[in-house]
Amino acid sequence: MKSFVPVALVIVALAVLPLFVQSNVVLNFLVVTLMLALAGQGWNILGGYGGQYSFGHAIFFGTGAYVTAILQVKYGVNAWLAFGCGMVAGAVVGTVVGWLAFRAGLRGSYFALVTLAFAEVLRIVASVAPITGAGVGTLVNLDMRFSAMQFQSRAVFYWLILSLVAAALIITWLIERSRFGAWLIAVRENEDAARALGVNALTVKLGAMVISGVVTAAAGCFYVQYFLFVDSHIAYGTWISVEALLTPIIGGAGTIFGPLVGALVVRALGEGALLITGHAPGLDLVVFGMVLIAVVWFSPSGIIGLRKTLLGKFRRPAAEVRRG
Amino acid sequence: MAEPLLDLRGVSRRFGGLLAVGGVSMNVREGSITALIGPNGAGKTTLFSLISGFLRPSEGEIYYDGRDVTGEPSHKLARRGIGRTFQIVQPFAGLTVRENIRVGAYLRHPRRDDAMAAAEKVAREVGLEPVLDAPADTLTVAGRKRLELAKALATEPKLLLLDEVLAGLNPSEIRDIIPVIRGLQRRGITVLMIEHVMQAVMSLAEQVFVLAEGRLIAEGTPEAVAADRAVIEAYLGHGAAVRLATVSS
Amino acid sequence: MLSPVILIPVLLNGLMTGAVYALIALGLTLIYGVLHIINFAHGAMLTAAMFACYFAFKTLGIDPYLSLFVLAPVFFALGYVLQRFVIGPASHGEDRNMLLVTLGLAVVIENALLVNFRGDTRTIDVPYAFATINLGFTFLAVPRLVGFVAVFVVAIALWLIMSLTDTGRAIRAVAKEKLGAQLQGIDVPHIYAVTFGLGTACVAIAACLLMPSYYVNPGAGNAFVLVAFTIVVLGGMGSVPGALIGGLTIGVVESLCSLFLGDSLGQVGIFLIFIAVLLVRPQGLFGAKA
Repeated sequence: MKSFVPVALVIVALAVLPLFVQSNVVLNFLVVTLMLALAGQGWNILGGYGGQYSFGHAIFFGTGAYVTAILQVKYGVNAWLAFGCGMVAGAVVGTVVGWLAFRAGLRGSYFALVTLAFAEVLRIVASVAPITGAGVGTLVNLDMRFSAMQFQSRAVFYWLILSLVAAALIITWLIERSRFGAWLIAVRENEDAARALGVNALTVKLGAMVISGVVTAAAGCFYVQYFLFVDSHIAYGTWISVEALLTPIIGGAGTIFGPLVGALVVRALGEGALLITGHAPGLDLVVFGMVLIAVVWFSPSGIIGLRKTLLGKFRRPAAEVRRG
Repeated sequence: MAEPLLDLRGVSRRFGGLLAVGGVSMNVREGSITALIGPNGAGKTTLFSLISGFLRPSEGEIYYDGRDVTGEPSHKLARRGIGRTFQIVQPFAGLTVRENIRVGAYLRHPRRDDAMAAAEKVAREVGLEPVLDAPADTLTVAGRKRLELAKALATEPKLLLLDEVLAGLNPSEIRDIIPVIRGLQRRGITVLMIEHVMQAVMSLAEQVFVLAEGRLIAEGTPEAVAADRAVIEAYLGHGAAVRLATVSS
Repeated sequence: MLSPVILIPVLLNGLMTGAVYALIALGLTLIYGVLHIINFAHGAMLTAAMFACYFAFKTLGIDPYLSLFVLAPVFFALGYVLQRFVIGPASHGEDRNMLLVTLGLAVVIENALLVNFRGDTRTIDVPYAFATINLGFTFLAVPRLVGFVAVFVVAIALWLIMSLTDTGRAIRAVAKEKLGAQLQGIDVPHIYAVTFGLGTACVAIAACLLMPSYYVNPGAGNAFVLVAFTIVVLGGMGSVPGALIGGLTIGVVESLCSLFLGDSLGQVGIFLIFIAVLLVRPQGLFGAKA
């Protein structure tokens, strides 16, 4: 996207929304949606732009969540500072896992597997380690003060998550326009060709992994401030790894607004499914899974790419032959 | 005579028990167009991969611009000025022609606008200007070959390795692209090319190296190499030189 | 030092659990060897088969070892249909898409089971569940012994299919050189689907072997499949002997780790091996370098 105008417009439009919407139910829906969009934006930077499909983005979400919670509860660190530390922890995890995986040359299925395995290891460790509260989890004390980053009004939480999402959108926009972004996309499209043009594929992928880690970790940090609780299933469970990739894939991987659009669609469908059936647990995920398959099947570039896909069906039948 | 730009000293590469390149020593003079020829499977592309850092030599050293660059990774060598094209073209399929070339241009021009301008200039030089905004995967074979060349050129190389840029083109397309390659030399780029189209080798190269079964079997001017008995036998089989000589006498 | 009285039963137990792991891994590695993708729906398939086995026993009173002979062909057909009419067409021949589609299937199957059967853990009571054979120095649980033997029977049967039948030869041809096989007139989508079916039949058999001594809930398959991923990576993607040896090894390692570290950390041991192998030797301990 060349112009900043659409990005600014979307951010402004979302920012004024609470002035018109007072319902706590709707605000809650939007807060959670933006949180998933944030986690998805993190995935999008690595998976959408960089083509490295992680099946274990929970490693970032969970680490952000635990660090934010534990620093506050066990060490009495200020909430805002703990939040920042959670994001830094995301960067650290990204550096370690990324360095190990990319240096070993893992791509495709193998990269998906190793990220999944890291998430599982962290989940099991978190479910027994005393510092995480083991099986019981960690509860953050209720303390409705600005300094504790807890707010009476849902709208303030909304603006908090929105500012994080806005920051992620701007980061993504900057990446798209930068040399780093061009090289990242080049690595996604053809790693060997990129290397021949002077691209250090390892550092480019690692850079994407670190940024990705910070962004998805921020969603985890926010989760803790909003729900004031975290355990090993919330932090490192497969649900968040799946949601983090679902939102950009459904919305449009490798596009600025993909995760946001995807999160809205996924959440609306999920809530709709639960409403219709009276909250049968798991039903929203059944719908998500089907939407994921349908999107890959009928519009591989997501909802944002849908228009292009439909036009392409009429204009360029040759494209189908090439894919086959 | 000036120091060679590229100097290979006893370079070998093994894959398991197979010797793909064995003890090749050759050098490429700065500012020249040099051709590397040989039958299929002779190890030409492997040699290119060694020079451009995609593979490490099992033995031997590679000197470029007076320094030992053996074992350096490809992206570092590209930074030093070694550009390469691939025999099987490797476009960034989802991107436009402009974006493809820009990836290369970013190497010397970190700012977006500069890279854009540099990419457009390269596109003009290789004749891709009319299709700048076309998706790379809609190009014809000839277009893709030009794009492959343009991407490498955009990195502003001193030494350009061209791996069969003419293969798959029809005679008129070959006629169109030969002046482009000559233009590279005029701009001071040293060219080392793998080529099967002998007519092009004869008209472009001043020095030819012949590789067969991983070993260098001949070198010299195109005329000298074409008359070389070992070369003819490598291409046409044992005894061919004798048979040919009998026929022509 | 631990006495052999403790160690030997632990080792034997590990070998028997490992055999079932090996069978699950066998299905995974078969699919990888031919389609070159990791089937992320493998675990959900296993859970589905365990539920099928459970209900066959509960509502129809069919013994798990008998329902094996029904469920194996049924799941073969299921796998065939899924690959041929869903995974194949939905992926447009791109590996990344196949990863996503199999992941999507896993999410759908697992949660559809959750919607229908809730998170309850279910077991079946067969009369031989706690039967043992006295070896003099230790006791062997009968269901585990049956599982151990059955796995080798299945492995031999697969090997026979692969080497003696035309379809088996076609599968090996596609695994080796897809394009060449296509040019020889082999129907590649059909072979892909058959392979996927065989892989899925493997988990159906594994499910029937597990049910007499194990429980089922909508997440039950996952634990096994993460272990199976480890085995497949350890044994080399696509290598059948690798899957068998890897399965037995992991079974032993797991029961040793559990002995020393407790159950949940025993699992961590497996994943650490998994990550280490992925990072150091992604082609596996038995696989050739790609």
